[in-house]
Amino acid sequence: MIKIIVRRLLEFVPVLFIIVTLVFFLIRLAPGGPFDRDKEVPPEVRKQLEAYYNMGVPLYQQYFDYLAGLARGDLGPSFKNASYSVNEMIGMSFPNSLELGFYAMCVAVTLGLLAGISASLKPNSLRDYVPMSLAMVGICVPSFVLGPLLVLVFSLHFDLLPVAGWNTPASKVLPSLTLGAMYAAYIARLSRGGMLEVLSNDFIRTARAKGLSETRVVLRHALRGGIAPVVSFLGPATAGILSGSFVVETIFQVPGLGRQFVESAFNRDYTLVMGTVLFFAALILFFNLLVDLIHTWLDPRLRNA
Amino acid sequence: MPSAATSEIVEGIVIEEGASLWGDALRRLAKNRLALFGLITLSAIAFVALITPAIAPYPYDAQDLEYGAQSPNAEHWLGTDRLGRDLLSRLMYGGRISLMVGFAATAVSLLVGVLYGAAAGYFGGRLDSFMMRIVDIMYALPFTIFVIILMVFFGKNIILLFLAIGAVEWLTMARIVRGQVRSLKEKEFVEAAVAMGLPSHTILTRHLIPNALGPIIVYATLTIPNVMLLEAFLSFLGLGVQAPMSSWGLLIREGQEQMEEFPWLLIYPSIALSLTLFSLNFLGDGLRDALDPRASKD
Repeated sequence: MIKIIVRRLLEFVPVLFIIVTLVFFLIRLAPGGPFDRDKEVPPEVRKQLEAYYNMGVPLYQQYFDYLAGLARGDLGPSFKNASYSVNEMIGMSFPNSLELGFYAMCVAVTLGLLAGISASLKPNSLRDYVPMSLAMVGICVPSFVLGPLLVLVFSLHFDLLPVAGWNTPASKVLPSLTLGAMYAAYIARLSRGGMLEVLSNDFIRTARAKGLSETRVVLRHALRGGIAPVVSFLGPATAGILSGSFVVETIFQVPGLGRQFVESAFNRDYTLVMGTVLFFAALILFFNLLVDLIHTWLDPRLRNA
Repeated sequence: MPSAATSEIVEGIVIEEGASLWGDALRRLAKNRLALFGLITLSAIAFVALITPAIAPYPYDAQDLEYGAQSPNAEHWLGTDRLGRDLLSRLMYGGRISLMVGFAATAVSLLVGVLYGAAAGYFGGRLDSFMMRIVDIMYALPFTIFVIILMVFFGKNIILLFLAIGAVEWLTMARIVRGQVRSLKEKEFVEAAVAMGLPSHTILTRHLIPNALGPIIVYATLTIPNVMLLEAFLSFLGLGVQAPMSSWGLLIREGQEQMEEFPWLLIYPSIALSLTLFSLNFLGDGLRDALDPRASKD
């Protein structure tokens, strides 16, 4: 087990290296630079700026310097906010994104599992059709449509919740719902399918024949196998929730990593773009690994593979 | 007359054989009401998009600054925005762009994915594991981020949008085609083709790819909504189609900014995009059930 984890962790290194290299040269080869403003910067100021950000040296030298910084865990100073380092800026925005992602995941898993499992216990009844139709709506309505529509109804029409922001508990409801809804829909469909398959197995019939209560049959015997497809989906779902935060954080003005990334790209803040991309990539790799481990734990047949 | 009778019989056999797979699939598709609904809605939307320049009430960038934003009325059925642009016209032109991006980028991903997957599956061995390892690594990359970087740093033009989205979406297609080709390769008719001395590319294009067509079509139908969603997402962030041009993502963004005063600017584009995505998903699910009855529903 530990061997597998170590091997997977070692695989992160080349992937992250490829990402660093690709993004580093991609953004520097593109036309335009971080010091291009409407007003021309005086040459001596420009020279100082370039020295501060290590841009006076040849490109390959910048690249190796950046890699050396990375090895020390230093992502460099931000171009836009010169007084902050990229490490500090990520440190400020990430907790907000993590909180938002966590709530969204709770929404997705709770709503999704409840709807999916309850639908699977009475297939082809009203209890199946209603949540499954809602799930189809959840899949087809993208977050940047759902978010504004929720604001329109709950904030502007009924005046129940704030339009935007991320400071009071009430302001966190709509962003979390918006981000989690689509994944709740997928989880509902997956858990319904998985449960239906497991419930048709012989061992479930045996459990029922033993006279176990229906709750016990479902919770103790069917659930573990039935939610396996949901677990494999959690990897892509985490990646999706992370990149979904671009839109949701922009709509609701949440000061998180996603909005920071989009803004840094618009500002051509080279170091901040690099830093956030790397951070996102590492997060996605990490969550994929975590999901694989949960999978192995749930399905012992995978342990020797 | 004996010759005519023979040819009739032969024809009968040919027709029956040719119809069995696709005819069967069509029959199953026709029974699926949701898929039919999707097909009909989609055809209607595509038809409107095709003839938009002839039937749109106003040009997409025509402004009527005298009145500003108007709620839906007899002259402007879906109202106008702050610059007095007719929403119905912008919605129709936007649909053209959104659908075009959807189909063109899917075509790019189809081309790359099918060729790549077929080559990997057909040649097998080390080349195959090397090519699939690349796909695995690319799966791990945060692609939305790359597309955003590409669009910000290399200008927001539509051709680049096609290429960037197509480049993201080909991976799954490559995997599916590779799996199909690998299992087909073991079949006798491919062995026969090899024994006849046909060159590899002929075997691939004449024998392997046509037989993998079912899953390819199904996955392509399911790729189109993903692509349209990505385009809308980029336009929503201000990175895709630029004003005064129009696309559904862009209209939703504009609508979101002004929804307090002019809610119709948000509602109608949202309906248009969601309805199209619904139809594509229903049709894709229906096609999957029709062409590949073994595949599970979820």
